[in-house]
Amino acid sequence: MPVQWLLLLSAFLFSVGIYGVLARRNAVIVLMSIEVMLNAVNLNLVAFNAMLKDAAVVGQIFALFVITIAAAELGVGLAIVILIYRNRTTVSIDEVSLMKW
Amino acid sequence: MTEAIGAQGYVFAGVGLVMAFAAVRLVTTKNLVHGALYLVVTLLGAAVVFLLTLAEFVAWVQVLIYVGAVIVLILFGLMLTKAPLGPTAFDNEQRGLAALVAALIFALTSSVTWTAFEGKTIDFDTAFGVEAVGQELFTTMVLPFEVVSVLLLAALVGAVILAKRDDD
Repeated sequence: MPVQWLLLLSAFLFSVGIYGVLARRNAVIVLMSIEVMLNAVNLNLVAFNAMLKDAAVVGQIFALFVITIAAAELGVGLAIVILIYRNRTTVSIDEVSLMKW
Repeated sequence: MTEAIGAQGYVFAGVGLVMAFAAVRLVTTKNLVHGALYLVVTLLGAAVVFLLTLAEFVAWVQVLIYVGAVIVLILFGLMLTKAPLGPTAFDNEQRGLAALVAALIFALTSSVTWTAFEGKTIDFDTAFGVEAVGQELFTTMVLPFEVVSVLLLAALVGAVILAKRDDD
C-alpha cells in the first residue's frame, strides 16, 4: 500500500481540525478539533514507523506519548472550560475576549 | 499496481473515507452531542488504521484512552456546561477565512508529502507487537516515559485545583 494514502488522510484530518479550531464557537468543539489534529499526527508517526520497519519502534512510542499528552491537555482544557462556564455562564469563545489583542 | 495495493489498501481506503466524512461532520454539525459521536467514529477509524499498519499496542491504547476515557470526559464537559441539545449555529463570522486557511494548509502539506514519498510503500510483513514496544519503552525510552508520568500527575492536580470551587 502506498504510504502517500495515509499521509493524504492525515493531512486532510489535520486541516479539518484547523478549520474546527478557527471557525467554531463552542469551546468543547474546539477541544474536540484539537484531538482530531493530534490524531492526524499519530497516524503519520505510525505510518512512518511501518514504512521504515524501524526495529526501535520510535514512531509507535512517540504516538503513545502524544496520546498521553493529549489526554492531559484535554483534562486541563475541560477544567478551564468548566471554570469559565461557572464564572460567565457561557462557553462561547467569542465572548471570552478579555485577553484578546 | 493492484497487487501492490492489496487487501489492506482497500480496507484502508474504506476506513479512511469514513474517517474523513466523520471529521467533516464533526466540524460542521449543529448538534454538539452528535459532534462527540462523530469524534468517536474518527477515533475508532484511527484505531483500525493503527491495526492495519501493524501497531497493535497503539491501536488498543487508542481504543482505551480515546474511545473509553476522552469521549466520556468530553460528554461530561458538554453536560456540565449545559450544552444546548437541539440544533444550534456554532460557526462564527470567520468561517470563510477559516475554510480558506484549512484548504491552503491541506494543499501545501498534501502536495509536499505526496511528492516527497512518491513510490514508498508499507509492506505489511514486519509487525512490532506489544513485546517490542514494551522492551523499547522500558529501556531506551525510560526517561521520557517517567517525565510523561510526572506531566500526567501535574495535569491531574492542576485540573482538580482549577475545577474545584473556592468555598469548599
